[in-house]
Amino acid sequence: MLLLAVTTVLLSACAGEFPQSSLHPTADFSRDIDVLYRTIFWWAVGVFVVVESALLFVILRYRERPDSPEPRHIHGSTVLEVAWTLAPAVVLVFIAVPTIRTIFKTEAPLPADALEVEVIGHQWWWEFRYPELGLTTANEMHVPQGRKIALTMTSDDVIHSFWAPKLGGKRDVIPGRTTRIAFAADSVGEVYGQCAEFCGDSHANMRFRVIVDDPSGFDTWVQNELSPPAAVDSLSAQAQAGAQLYMTKGCLACHAITGRSAGVLGPNLTHLATRGTIAAGILPNDADGLARWLRNPPLEKPGSLMPQIPLTEDEIASLVAYLQTLN
Amino acid sequence: MSTAAHYTSTGLDNRKLGFWTFIGSECLLFGSLISTYLVYQGRSVSGPTPHEVLDIPLTSVSTFVLLMSSLAMVLALAAVTRGDKVWSRVWLASTAGLGLVFLGFQAYEFTTFVHEGLKLQTNLFGSTFFVLTGTHGAHVAVGVLWLLTLLVRSFQGKLGPDKAMVVEVSGLYWHFVDVVWIVIFTVVYLLS
Amino acid sequence: MTSVAMDHAPASTASLGARVWSWVTTTDHKRIGVLYGVTAFVFFLLGGLEALLIRAQLSSSGNTLVSAETYNQLFTMHGTTMVFMAVMPLSAAFFNFVVPLQIGARDVAFPRLNAFSYWVFLLGSLFMNAGFLIGAAPNAGWFGYANLTSSQYSPGLHVDFWVLGLQILGIASIAAGVNFIVTIVNMRAPGLRFMRLPVFTWMTLVTQFLVVTAFPVITVGLIFLTFDRMFGTTFYSVAAGGDVLLWQHLFWLFGHPEVYILILPAMGIVSEVIPTFSRKPLFGYAIVVYSGLLIAILGWGVWAHHMFQVGLGPIADSVFAATTMMIAIPTGVKIFNWIATMWGGKIRFTTPMLFSVGFIAMFIIGGLSGVMHSSPPADLQQTDTYFVVAHFHYVLFGGAMFGIFSGIYYWWPKVTGRLLSEPIGKAHFWLTFIGSNLAFFPMHFIGLLGMPRRIYTYDEALGLDTMNLVATVGAFIMGLGAIVFVINVLWSRKRGAVAGANPWEAATLEWAISSPPPVYNFSVLPEVRSRLPLWTKDGMSEVPEVPPEPVHVPDGSFWPLIASLGIVAIAIGAIAKTLLVTLGGAAVLLVAIYAWSFEPFEV
Repeated sequence: MLLLAVTTVLLSACAGEFPQSSLHPTADFSRDIDVLYRTIFWWAVGVFVVVESALLFVILRYRERPDSPEPRHIHGSTVLEVAWTLAPAVVLVFIAVPTIRTIFKTEAPLPADALEVEVIGHQWWWEFRYPELGLTTANEMHVPQGRKIALTMTSDDVIHSFWAPKLGGKRDVIPGRTTRIAFAADSVGEVYGQCAEFCGDSHANMRFRVIVDDPSGFDTWVQNELSPPAAVDSLSAQAQAGAQLYMTKGCLACHAITGRSAGVLGPNLTHLATRGTIAAGILPNDADGLARWLRNPPLEKPGSLMPQIPLTEDEIASLVAYLQTLN
Repeated sequence: MSTAAHYTSTGLDNRKLGFWTFIGSECLLFGSLISTYLVYQGRSVSGPTPHEVLDIPLTSVSTFVLLMSSLAMVLALAAVTRGDKVWSRVWLASTAGLGLVFLGFQAYEFTTFVHEGLKLQTNLFGSTFFVLTGTHGAHVAVGVLWLLTLLVRSFQGKLGPDKAMVVEVSGLYWHFVDVVWIVIFTVVYLLS
Repeated sequence: MTSVAMDHAPASTASLGARVWSWVTTTDHKRIGVLYGVTAFVFFLLGGLEALLIRAQLSSSGNTLVSAETYNQLFTMHGTTMVFMAVMPLSAAFFNFVVPLQIGARDVAFPRLNAFSYWVFLLGSLFMNAGFLIGAAPNAGWFGYANLTSSQYSPGLHVDFWVLGLQILGIASIAAGVNFIVTIVNMRAPGLRFMRLPVFTWMTLVTQFLVVTAFPVITVGLIFLTFDRMFGTTFYSVAAGGDVLLWQHLFWLFGHPEVYILILPAMGIVSEVIPTFSRKPLFGYAIVVYSGLLIAILGWGVWAHHMFQVGLGPIADSVFAATTMMIAIPTGVKIFNWIATMWGGKIRFTTPMLFSVGFIAMFIIGGLSGVMHSSPPADLQQTDTYFVVAHFHYVLFGGAMFGIFSGIYYWWPKVTGRLLSEPIGKAHFWLTFIGSNLAFFPMHFIGLLGMPRRIYTYDEALGLDTMNLVATVGAFIMGLGAIVFVINVLWSRKRGAVAGANPWEAATLEWAISSPPPVYNFSVLPEVRSRLPLWTKDGMSEVPEVPPEPVHVPDGSFWPLIASLGIVAIAIGAIAKTLLVTLGGAAVLLVAIYAWSFEPFEV
C-alpha cells in the first residue's frame, strides 16, 4: 500500500503541469541549482540504498530463530569505526565542492548591462519598479528573455521572500535591508511565484507571476506601460461613471493611475487591464474577479489593507468597466 | 537546609556544582546582551549618543565600590568559616552595603540619563544600555537581598561554620556579578 | 523529616484528597517523571489534533474548513506545542524516571527544584494555550520572526501569550538542566565511571548542557521582544535603526542546539533498546558517546544554515554549509554503530525494538534530506517549503517521537510493573510507521514542486491536490495509531502481564530493582564494576530486596508549586496589563523561595 502510494505520488510528480516547480528550471539561476540538486540527490539515493539495505539485511538475517546461537559480545572495531567515519566524509566532499562552486557562481558580480528591477514587498502584494525604464507595476513582473535581470529587493513592512522556483532560489525581502538575486530566463512564458516567508494573515495570498517576453515583446510591453491611460471622456458612459467613483470613493488615496491619482499604499493601477490576475495572483482579472474583489477585499484576502467600501452593485459594475479600460 | 556531607562522585557539594552550572548559563545570558550592545553600537538614528551622557569618572567610582564589595565577600566567607560571628556580620553587612551603594550610583545614573533625554525608548543606545545594565542591576539587587538574608540568619545565630557552604555559594554568585560588571564597564564605558 | 522503608505513596485506600495532595507535593523523581509523561502526552495529543486540522484544511486546494487567522494559530501552536510541551517534556519524563535509576541514585540532586521544573512547565503550557480560550492563541509561527511580532504588525495578545509562555517554559528547562547535570556528574553510584554510564544517561547529560547554554540566548531574544511590545524599546524596530535579523541570529543560535535537545535523548533511548533486544552490547560504545558530544558541539556552529535565504554572502554561506555537512559524519557514525550492534545479534522484534528500528529507517531519510539543504543553493529552493516540513518531520517524528515511543514501551514495565500489550503495540507501530511515511514522504515532492510552508490555502493550478490528499490520509492514519496506543495503555493498566524486575533481560542498573521500583530505589547504593552490570558476572554488588537499615526518603513540599504559581501570576499580570497581579505574583514567588529555603528538608 505504501509502495502504491509512493508510486502514485512519483507518477503524478512526473506527469503533471507544475507552474511553480523547482524541478523544471527555465533560467540560468534555477538550472545551476538544479544541476547541483541532482548531484546531491543521486548521492543521497546511493547512501539511502546502501544503508537501508544494510539495515534490512541485518534485521532479516539476525532475527531470533529457535536455533539462533547466543550472540558473541563484540564491543567494537577500530577499523570499522575509521572506515565509516571516512566514507561519509568522502561523500560530503563530493557534495561540498560543487556546492561551493555553485554558491560563488550564483552570487557572482553582475554584468553591467543587467536590467535592474526593484522589488518591494508589501502585506500582501508585490511592487515592481524598473528604475532605468521609469515604470512601476504590481504583482506581474515582465522580463526580457535572455537578459540578466538583477533584483534589488526590500520590504515596506515585514519580512517576505521572493520565490519564483522556475527562475531560481528564493531570497528574503527584508525591511531595512536590500537583498539581491539575479537570473536570466531562457524561455518565453509565464511562471508562478509566491511569498515564501511567513508574513501574516494572508501570507498564502501573496502570489505573483513573472512573464518572460521575447525582447521585442518586452519593448512593446514597456512602451505600453509608459503610455498614459485613455482620456476619460473617450470612454463609455458606464466607464466614465466608474472613473468618477474612483475619484469619489477614496480609491485615489491609495492607488496610482498616471494623470489621475498618485497613491502609493496600494498597487499602481495605470495598466491594470493588461494583467492576467488581480489581488496578488488570487483572482482572475475579469469582470467577475474584479467585482468579487471590490465587493469585499478582506473576504478574499484576510487582513487586507484595502477595506470593504460600501458600493452598490451598479457602482461596482461601473468601476469594473472603468478598470477594464486601463490597458 | 541540609548540611550533612553527602557522598558525591566528584567530592564537590551538589549546591556548589549546581551553582557553577547556573553561572555557566548566566554567562550566555550576559554574553547575548553584551553582543547585542556591541552589534547595535553606533546604529542609533538619533541621539543622545554614549559620549554625550556616559560619565566615566562617576562610574569608575561605582565600579571600585563593587570591586571592594567582592573583597568584603571574601572576608565574610573567611569569618563564617572560622566561626567568627562578629566579623561575619561586619563583612556581610559591608558587602551588602557596598552593593547598595553601587545600586544607588546606578539609580542616580539612570535618573540623570532620563533628565538628559535618554530613555529606554529613545534610541537603540537607550534600549541596549538600559536593558543590559538594568539586567545586571537586577542581579546585584538579588545578591543584596541574599546577603541581607544571610545577615539576618547570622543574627538569629543560624550561620555557623556548618553553613559555610551556603555563604560560599552566595559568594560565587556575588563574584560572578562583579566580574560581569567589569566586562560591562569595559565594553560600554571604556571602549565606547 | 521521615525515615521510611516502605512505599511512600499512600495506599490506594487513602482518601482521594490525600492521594492528590501526595502528588501535588511530591518530590520523588519517579512520580515527577510520571507527571511529566502524562502531561506531555496530553499536549502531544493536542498538538496532534492541531496537525490533523492543518492537514484537513490542506487536503484540497482552496479549502475553507478553517480561516486564515485560525490556520495561523494552528500551525504556530502545533510547532510550539510539539517542541516545547510534547517532545522536550516527554524526554524529561525519561530523564526523571530513568536517569537516577541508571546511575544508582536515590533521587535527583535537587528534588524540590525538580518538582518546580514540572509545575512551571505545566503552568507555562496552560498559560500559552489559554490564548485559545480568548481567541488570541499565538499566531506568528513557532520561530516568531521579528518584525512580524512587533505590536504594529501583531496587535492583540497573540504574541504576548507566546513570548511570555516561552519565557516561562525556558525557566523550567534551565532549572531541570542544572538539576540533571549535577545529578549525573555528582550522584553516580560508586564505581560508575563516566565511561560506564549507559548511553541514555550520557545523552541526557549532553542534552542538558545544550539546554543550559542555549536557553539563555532565546531568553535574551524574548526579553527584547517583550520590552519592544510592552515598553516601546527599539530592538527590532527598523525605523530606529534596528536589524530584524538580530532576532533570527538569537533565535537560531538557540534553535539549532534545540534541534539536538529534541533528538539526542531519542538517540540515547535507541542506544539502550537495540543492544537489549539484539542481546549484544552496543557496538562502539565510546564512539557513540563521543559522536553525541561532537554533534552537540558542532550544533553550536551551524545556526546560520537556517538563514541562507536572507543573503549572508558567499563566504558565510560556504562556511555554514561546511559545518552543517560535518554534522552528518557523527550522525552517520551513530547509525552505523546501531546497525553493527544488531549484526550477529539475536534480534527480538518486540514493540520497543520495532520503534527503534523504525527510528533508524526514518532517521536515515531525514538525515539525507538534511544534507540536501546543507547546500545553500539547493536550500534556496527547499527552505520554507514543504520539503523542509518533510525533512524535520522525518527527524522529529520519525526520529524523536519514534525513539520516545520506543522508550515508552521499553520502560513502561519498569514504571508500572506491567507490560504493554505486544499485539496492540505492533498495531500501533505499523499504523504509525505507514501513516507517517504516507504523510511526510509526499511532502518532499509537494515542496520541490512549489508549495511554501505556512500557507492556509494554495492554488489549484500548482497541481498539488492529489499529493496533499495522500499526506492528509497519512496524517489521519497516524491519528488512528495514537488512539490505538491509548487503548493499549488503558488495557495494560488492568490486564498487562506482570513484568518482574527485568522483563527484557536488559543490562543496565535500572533493571536490577523491582518494577515498579521502591520509593528509595536502591535498598543500598550499589557498587558498579561493569558498563553492563547485569550482563557481567559480578558486574555490581548485591542489592537486597529489603533495606538492611531504614532508608531516608525526602519529604514532599508544596513550595515548588506555589513558586511556579507566582511566576505564572507575573505573566498573567503582564498579559492583563494589571500591575497589581504582577506584583502579587512576584510577592508569592519571593515568599515561596524563602519558605522553600528555610523549610526543614533533607535530601
